[in-house]
Amino acid sequence: MMVHSRKAVIEVADARVSFGAVKALDGATLAIMPGECVGLVGHNGAGKSTIVSVINGGLTPHEGTLSGDGEPLARYGVNAARAMGVRCVFQELSLCPNLTVAENTRLMHRRIGGFGWRSRACAVIEESLDAVFPGHRIAGDRTVGELSIAERQMVEIAMAFSDAGVAPRLVILDEPTSSLDASLAEQMLAHVRRFVAAGGAVILISHILGEILSTADRIVVMKDGRIVADRPADAFSENSLVETMGSVVRQEGARGRSQDFSGAPPVLEWTGGGLPFRARRGEVVGLAGLAGHGQTAMLMRLHAANSSDWLPRRDPAVTFVAGDRRLNGVFELWSILRNFSIASLGDLSRLGLVRSDREGVRGADWRKRIEIRTPDMENRILSLSGGNQQKVLFARALATRAPVVLMDDPMRGVDVGTKQEVYEIVRQEAAGGRTFVWYSTEMEEVCLCDRVYVFREGAIVAELAGDAVSEDNILAASFERGAA
Amino acid sequence: MIRRSPADFIRLLIPALSLAVLLAAVFWLQPRAMSYVGINLLFNLAVPIALATVAQMFIMAVNDLDLSMGTFVSFVACVTATFLRDAPLVGVVILAGSVLVYAALGVVIHLRNLPSIVVTLGMSFVWAGLAVLLLPAPGGQAPDWVRALMTMKPPLVPIAIVAAVVIAVVAHVIVMRLSLGVLIRGVGGNERSVERAGWSIVAARAAAYGLAGLFAVLAGIALVGLTTSADANIALRYTLLSIAGVILGGGEFIGGRISPVGAVIGALTLTLAGSFLSFLRISPDWQIGAQGAILILVLALRLVFNRVEKRGHGR
Repeated sequence: MMVHSRKAVIEVADARVSFGAVKALDGATLAIMPGECVGLVGHNGAGKSTIVSVINGGLTPHEGTLSGDGEPLARYGVNAARAMGVRCVFQELSLCPNLTVAENTRLMHRRIGGFGWRSRACAVIEESLDAVFPGHRIAGDRTVGELSIAERQMVEIAMAFSDAGVAPRLVILDEPTSSLDASLAEQMLAHVRRFVAAGGAVILISHILGEILSTADRIVVMKDGRIVADRPADAFSENSLVETMGSVVRQEGARGRSQDFSGAPPVLEWTGGGLPFRARRGEVVGLAGLAGHGQTAMLMRLHAANSSDWLPRRDPAVTFVAGDRRLNGVFELWSILRNFSIASLGDLSRLGLVRSDREGVRGADWRKRIEIRTPDMENRILSLSGGNQQKVLFARALATRAPVVLMDDPMRGVDVGTKQEVYEIVRQEAAGGRTFVWYSTEMEEVCLCDRVYVFREGAIVAELAGDAVSEDNILAASFERGAA
Repeated sequence: MIRRSPADFIRLLIPALSLAVLLAAVFWLQPRAMSYVGINLLFNLAVPIALATVAQMFIMAVNDLDLSMGTFVSFVACVTATFLRDAPLVGVVILAGSVLVYAALGVVIHLRNLPSIVVTLGMSFVWAGLAVLLLPAPGGQAPDWVRALMTMKPPLVPIAIVAAVVIAVVAHVIVMRLSLGVLIRGVGGNERSVERAGWSIVAARAAAYGLAGLFAVLAGIALVGLTTSADANIALRYTLLSIAGVILGGGEFIGGRISPVGAVIGALTLTLAGSFLSFLRISPDWQIGAQGAILILVLALRLVFNRVEKRGHGR
């Protein structure tokens, strides 16, 4: 007999899931105890999302068993999971944009129904928002579509922690801080610790290793559908985590090219509020600052100013890598090849007809160059993991002849290994004379840039170049108050 | 209490404004229309159109489109003018059955992942065929109670206005206040998240289609109440009118953004646009084109409003 003082909220034993030839889960065993925060890390395609789907009832494992509170769960599904108090915040934001915050709450909590549900739903979500994000200023009757992406993520997180009849016992947070700025992320992580201290369980998936190390009690590392390490958090360091994940650790010495660009011809210029913006040939220009302070709007303006509204230019001046893959990145129904070639069809066609042989050759070429992990470029784009989809979007932009690449926080939720590969491509392309304008919410990426503009309240408030590009300087500029 | 968000308010403001402007123009051209009888004449044909528009709205709420609305309303009109009068029980069974067929269409479209446009386009031929079988030549007669209902003369306010208000209120309660309405709009907004929350999408779609069928049946009955007899082609225009009405009323083709009150106002506006053009003595040959022009004008106005609002929002 096992003498556990506490029983696992959910226990997955030897779960196996395969999609065709791909083994998404290959015998994973994971037990989540009440009162612990489990950090879950791994490459894209390591099986994180799959094991999460198994736990939240969205996917039935082809082999293996599930048990909750020590009892085997025979008929487990989404509703059974919710009834047990399992909640999930997904990586892609998943609220209904056409409904209000309260109406979304109503859909999430089936028990709220009945006469007067509107005010009850409002109370439930606002109470939870107050608890997780004090001072949030999001009213329950706001339509979700009108909220900023950070506010939507806040609502979604608060939704998972809200209590309307069934108290949350296990909350799965899949990249919860990807759209939050540092202070909101801190508020959320603090709430996670409070929730865990009160006996709740949390699974935290994040690509920000510092977040995992500081918040989780136990870290589970996955690789190729298996759990390769399961140790207390203090037994790991950032380096050992990355090593366990199987990616190559590259030290921050990579930033070696402090080149002088003042002689290079400027390719993009913009003067609006604040400091003027200028990007030169071969330069990697970073846009930094807290999320949602006008960086994306700047990219949009640069794109609009350099592309025609009516007919596409013969030689495109700028190309765009979208950050929100689902919203404005991938064509979900198309193959990988089609998704890749759409931006450069002009070059690939003669007399208005696409030459599929050239399309195929170029696709194969780029597949090799940036290592898109797929057996066949004709597969649907959605068969790829998120990181590989993002690589396809990169390849789409880089395959054009445009000398300037605008990037709207494209690395959101991408694993460390893929990131390193993309950084390398950016470096090569920049050395070849391409200009990159790169908005990123991650300090590490901003620090890779040659020059950085820091945004605050919609305007450029600081310009940092060369050795001045550092976390301290960027933070100081982002938070600076009063004196200009 | 729940405040309406500014975007929702503007969504409703534009159709209301266009209706008011059109109404003022009609009264200016023809002051005699400004009476109990005049208003009733202007708007009574709007009642079935408003019902059909609300029906179309339910389908559009789940990101689908019903191209069989016109032939279905015609079919219902034929049933009303024949069976519902001569053998009420059979008539009711047929109409109830057709509502169930609508719900079943929703299920089939969802389960087989078919494009609603194709399925409803196919169904439009089925309904048209059934209508022709029932009434090969124009004829039949409205049941007396239907006739009485549509020609009622309530004090002060004409029946057309009363009916429009009732339709708007009922549709508003179903779509905006009931949990079922939230579920249906949620399916239009983000099907995956609704599914993840543990709801049955099939049931939601079936409910949306069933409600659409119900309102379309009411549209057919109301139409016969006004025209007294039916014809297999009586309501063919309704397919496009109903879609235009939803859009005019602030709805969108995708994303579950719909407004029931707006849809009813949109239907009234479309009807009034026809009368307005007649008062201007524009020949019927040009009327459809002119109606289109009005539609474009209103939609352009909405775009401008949205842009202004977005600018205000971005600050």
